[in-house]
Amino acid sequence: MTDDINPRRIVGIAPEIVTNVTNADFPGHWPGEDHSWNLRKFRKSFSIKSYRNNPLHCEFDLIGVHAAIANAFRRILLAEVPTLAIETVYVANNTSIVQDEVLAQRLGLVPLQGNINGLRAMGWYQKGNPPTDKDTVVLNLRVACERNPEAAKGETDPEKLFINSSVYASHIAFTPIGLQTTLFTPPGDIRPANPDILLAKLRPGQEIDIEMHCVKGLGKDHAKFSPVATASYRLLPLIKIKEPILGDDARFFQKCFPAGVIGLEKDAATGEDKAVVKDARRDTVSREVLRHDRFKGKVELGRVRDHFIFSIESTGQFDSDELFIQAVKILKLKCLRLHKKCENLSWKPAPTAGDAMEE
Amino acid sequence: MSQDTSMQGSTPYTVEEVEHVSLDDPNVSITIQSDPYSMSFQIENEDHTLGNALRYIIMRNPEVEFCGYSIPHPSEAKMNIRIQTYGAQLCPCKVTAIEALKRGLVDLVDLCDIVMHKFKNEMGRFGKHEPVQED
Repeated sequence: MTDDINPRRIVGIAPEIVTNVTNADFPGHWPGEDHSWNLRKFRKSFSIKSYRNNPLHCEFDLIGVHAAIANAFRRILLAEVPTLAIETVYVANNTSIVQDEVLAQRLGLVPLQGNINGLRAMGWYQKGNPPTDKDTVVLNLRVACERNPEAAKGETDPEKLFINSSVYASHIAFTPIGLQTTLFTPPGDIRPANPDILLAKLRPGQEIDIEMHCVKGLGKDHAKFSPVATASYRLLPLIKIKEPILGDDARFFQKCFPAGVIGLEKDAATGEDKAVVKDARRDTVSREVLRHDRFKGKVELGRVRDHFIFSIESTGQFDSDELFIQAVKILKLKCLRLHKKCENLSWKPAPTAGDAMEE
Repeated sequence: MSQDTSMQGSTPYTVEEVEHVSLDDPNVSITIQSDPYSMSFQIENEDHTLGNALRYIIMRNPEVEFCGYSIPHPSEAKMNIRIQTYGAQLCPCKVTAIEALKRGLVDLVDLCDIVMHKFKNEMGRFGKHEPVQED
């Protein structure tokens, strides 16, 4: 399987250096070859293969695309997909030991979720304007701690001794206003994506009474607006066994890689165990195998330069696969938007010295 | 908090319009224009995300001799992109730098369409999205 990969697509990994790092498939680089942008060719050569698609984590391969493009999607996922987050916190009362500003910071980072179409329909809140139902979501947090009259005598566990001794994200309540009463009806109401986030601890007599305004924002403004926990890619590892590795060597070879990367097969000629590549995807390319002289010249490591293993972990506001769709949409929109602006561009000859004299 | 009553029509807000467009619109201007075939542009409110992708796709244009981009200072939201086409050398094509820039943006849009199409198709295997017909 490894032999049919075009060697130009492979980044070589030696003990101390990497080779053949840059993609040079541009027009004019390889004599007599056509590398101009061709949509039909791209449609044929580009492919996506999905491996995992859960609401909070998806993993898929982008095959046959340049790093500039894959990186644009990753950067958009991190910083330019709009999400809703708590932006302003109005503290009416906070007698807990968590200071107002610390509590506000904690609240801002709580990922929210709600009806997706409702969230999309929300507009951008502009600073200075009065908040309206189409750009601001109001949440409330009202918790007071008191002694539990039913607690057993001699009880020491604060959770049993007191009521509301811990303030969790699930205490945050949504107050729909105007259009929001129809856009965010349960189960699509605005609520923390994870109800078990601990926000503060209280003791009897202490209370928190807070109103929060949530607005739409971008990750490049503040990390709380980033829709992903992580969005990353790595290149597909490649392991090429050039000479048969048998017996004890094969078992040692297997141990140089993470579990599941190398398998053992019975060699037909000798009847000994033979090392074979079972699943190169699972390799971390630690280069451990290159440290041992007994494998010198027998193995080559590499990565496929245009094979990106993408992994997106959502914070819960959007499904992870939906996020990628949005990222592609946003890149497209950025291009269309800029293209429109380019309509006004035109070349004007610079004024010559003679023109300046006349003026 | 006041309530915007004007929004209570049949279509509350046009989704496409507000969904993605951020508040800071990009702006493009020409910074160097010695001749129509070699120009520098300055794009405000765009960064490496579009810069590198655009540089790549413009370089794939066979009429383009050189394309590079830079962000002169990290705390200024400005991206410079330089495009030189073969222009006069490659008669009779004569693609100007502005045309090459526009061409790059169009190519990138086409690329996004294909990526989107293939992604939705692939995710369709998981029963999440409807598979789309190959066109």
